[in-house]
Amino acid sequence: MTERATALESEAEALARRRYFESTPRKRFVRFWREFITRRPLGAFGLVLVLAMILAALLADRIAPYDPTAISFKDLLAPPSPEHLLGTDNFGRDVFSRLLFGARTALLVGFTASIVGCTLGLILGIVGAYFGGRVDQIIQRLMDVLLSFPLIVIAIAVVAALGTGEDKIANVIAAITVPIIPRVSRVVRSSALSVVQMPYIEATRAVGARAMRIMFRHIAPNVFAPYLIMMTAFLGQAILLEASLSFLGLGVFEPTPSWGLMLRGAGMQFLERAPWLAIAPGVAISLAVFGFNLFGDSLRDALDPRLRTA
Amino acid sequence: MEALLRARIAFVFLVTATLVIGACAQQAKPGTSGSPAASLAGGEKPTPGGTLTFVVNAEPPSFDGHRETTFALLHPIAPHYSLLYKFDPNDLTKVIPDVADGNPTVSADKMTVTIKLRQDVKFHDGTQMTSEDVKATYDKIITPNTAAGQSSPRAGAYAVVSAVNAPDKFTIEFKLKYPSASFLTNLASPWNFIYSAAKLKADPRWYEKNIMGTGPFTYVSNTKGQDWVGKKNPDYFGKDKDGTKLPYLDGYKALIITDATAGVNAIRSKQAMIEFRGFTPQQRDDLSRALPNDLAIQEAPWICVNYVVPNTKVKPFDDVRVRQALSLAIDRYAGGEALSKTTIVKDVGGLMRPKGPFAMSDADLAKIRGFGKDAAAAKAEAKKLLADAGVPNLSFKFLNRNITTPYEPVAVFLIDQWKQVGITATHDVKETSPYQADLRAGNFQVALDFNCDFLDEPDLQLAKFWSASKAGKGLNFAYYDDDKLDGMIDAQSRQTDPAQRVKLVGDIERYAMDEKAYQYPVLWWYRIIPYLKIVRGWQIGSNHYTNQDLTTVWLAKS
Repeated sequence: MTERATALESEAEALARRRYFESTPRKRFVRFWREFITRRPLGAFGLVLVLAMILAALLADRIAPYDPTAISFKDLLAPPSPEHLLGTDNFGRDVFSRLLFGARTALLVGFTASIVGCTLGLILGIVGAYFGGRVDQIIQRLMDVLLSFPLIVIAIAVVAALGTGEDKIANVIAAITVPIIPRVSRVVRSSALSVVQMPYIEATRAVGARAMRIMFRHIAPNVFAPYLIMMTAFLGQAILLEASLSFLGLGVFEPTPSWGLMLRGAGMQFLERAPWLAIAPGVAISLAVFGFNLFGDSLRDALDPRLRTA
Repeated sequence: MEALLRARIAFVFLVTATLVIGACAQQAKPGTSGSPAASLAGGEKPTPGGTLTFVVNAEPPSFDGHRETTFALLHPIAPHYSLLYKFDPNDLTKVIPDVADGNPTVSADKMTVTIKLRQDVKFHDGTQMTSEDVKATYDKIITPNTAAGQSSPRAGAYAVVSAVNAPDKFTIEFKLKYPSASFLTNLASPWNFIYSAAKLKADPRWYEKNIMGTGPFTYVSNTKGQDWVGKKNPDYFGKDKDGTKLPYLDGYKALIITDATAGVNAIRSKQAMIEFRGFTPQQRDDLSRALPNDLAIQEAPWICVNYVVPNTKVKPFDDVRVRQALSLAIDRYAGGEALSKTTIVKDVGGLMRPKGPFAMSDADLAKIRGFGKDAAAAKAEAKKLLADAGVPNLSFKFLNRNITTPYEPVAVFLIDQWKQVGITATHDVKETSPYQADLRAGNFQVALDFNCDFLDEPDLQLAKFWSASKAGKGLNFAYYDDDKLDGMIDAQSRQTDPAQRVKLVGDIERYAMDEKAYQYPVLWWYRIIPYLKIVRGWQIGSNHYTNQDLTTVWLAKS
């Protein structure tokens, strides 16, 4: 290597280092998202869908033209029209308004279940990787048991044990949270295992740091990327699962607006006469899951240094 | 003396017949398309053979008809059994003998009813049916051996009976405590399967898990959650008018399909021929479109109704003003008109079926709180009553069962109506078992209950209005005790003059639904049966309990 090349390389390195240290977290955040949007259009599209859903849920009170539970006997099963953009259901309730308020149920359940499920999975994964031995064996065998059942089967079992009801949405959230835990725990554990072997962890141990500090101050930040990615991926799944539980009559109940409930009730019963009752919540569920999946995949690519483009 | 006796017997029969025929004549009035009624009325000669396949959308909890209260037991199991009397499948306005050999004889004091039995009735194991079997059957229904685990929800309907005797091998005798207007028709109750005395003696609960009757079909198999199969009983005693042995069918298969849409699809795909409980107007229309040339439809008013039941033991529902407000908030007429387009509820009525023999006039009904036609005024009064009671923003949990039709739409309708007067009701939906457990434990604030009966008969429809700690135990979920109301119900039961009885029943309705507002109906149901045209010899009635032994049902060749 020539002297000039060596000098250029060290100059570039110094520039990069200076830029990094000069930039504030806010600047780094803005730069990350600018690059995310420009370099990952599909992910950006997913993000738009997700943001649209969040806005719809937050502003449902203002956007919705009608009370989502108000019955209107003169408008039973009215097709889409300027008065009712997505038609009305068998009680004359505005489908568009119910769809907007249904986003609240979907997001409440989706966000809570995925955040709680992923966080518990993160904790169990780190604890297992750090302690190893019998602790890891016990945690992982328990996770194996949970992993041996399909997602929906565990969710049904949990919700059947805890009970359902309009005031028991926490039970639905718990039912969706439980099957998420082992899946996240497994992924986090594998990342944490490599982190645990790092010299700086040994050094931290050597200076007398307690296990809790090592696990959650030094290991957790290094496995945060898979945690974040899993969370976005499971958000979509949680929404789908909530819709499935409501579809099976195990989620929330009428007259609460919920996409799965809309699909199950009038959507199925009046499929031939009023197809809009099934199409609207069906499309909403698909778009939400599609959006979260696109966004989650792109986020994984953006955060994974091995997949990061130059 | 004999002439006097005959006159008295004739009087009792006249009373009974007037009630039954009056009831059924108004209750049935089925609307039909296709030709099932025509096939009964004459013209077509029944063709023997074939297997009837029908849908039952629930699983029987046990096999014991004396114990259970659900159609899910009657539809697959009734064809295995006979009754003492039954409703004539060819004319549901009449009660005819089944294992009885002719009409009952009533003593001069109207306190003893004597019934001769057929001598050609055999159980499916070949043993002869005798009066001991009928006595054991009615003893089990009227005075169940609770220590041995027997239970009988209809024991109260036979409270008038003081003893059941078997004076000889083919005679059964009922001793009554007082003359009763409803006793004779209650002998045609579709639940009163004739059981073997020997089987009951060996095991008082034998019939909960086993089948052995004298009915037109013998038991073949039962796969839980899948189907129930029966085949023709070659020793069945019944014959039709032409002397042809009954039943006409070779057998039947009941398909247990709990999902309503799957049930409709089973008929659409011709895997099943009929479902005897009822479909919604939407399901009827879907089937009509799918099977324009193969479908017949029968419709009739239904002796089924949903009740709003406030728990009077729980505050603030111990306050009559709150209970009255809950009823006043409901615009039943608008709800009935709208909901009848999409589900199985339709008519507005009091405690007795609208337009039935005991129903009050529309004008009288409109005077009861919550049943008037000025919805806005009623809602304003409801708000005032709630404010006076100190609960202008009342909120409560509304207990309901997880059966879609019609419980869910009725509950959605009620929650919306209550919301309009400032009440927030949270829909608390449960599976049938926990729902019933909550009802029985009084673990609820307001519940949606139901009542279905096989006959327009105040003794049946008022059964859940007796005091909760007395005759209404296990039925009255409003949990009140009211001696005055008990006296009124008892008085109407003893009244044998039909016009007087109607008046007494009206007084009860005003007292229970308006003055005390203990519990009140929402909307009465309407029965719609779409089925494949090849099914003949079955006629719709105003209930889904009677006419299910399938003796006269036959299948047309095409």
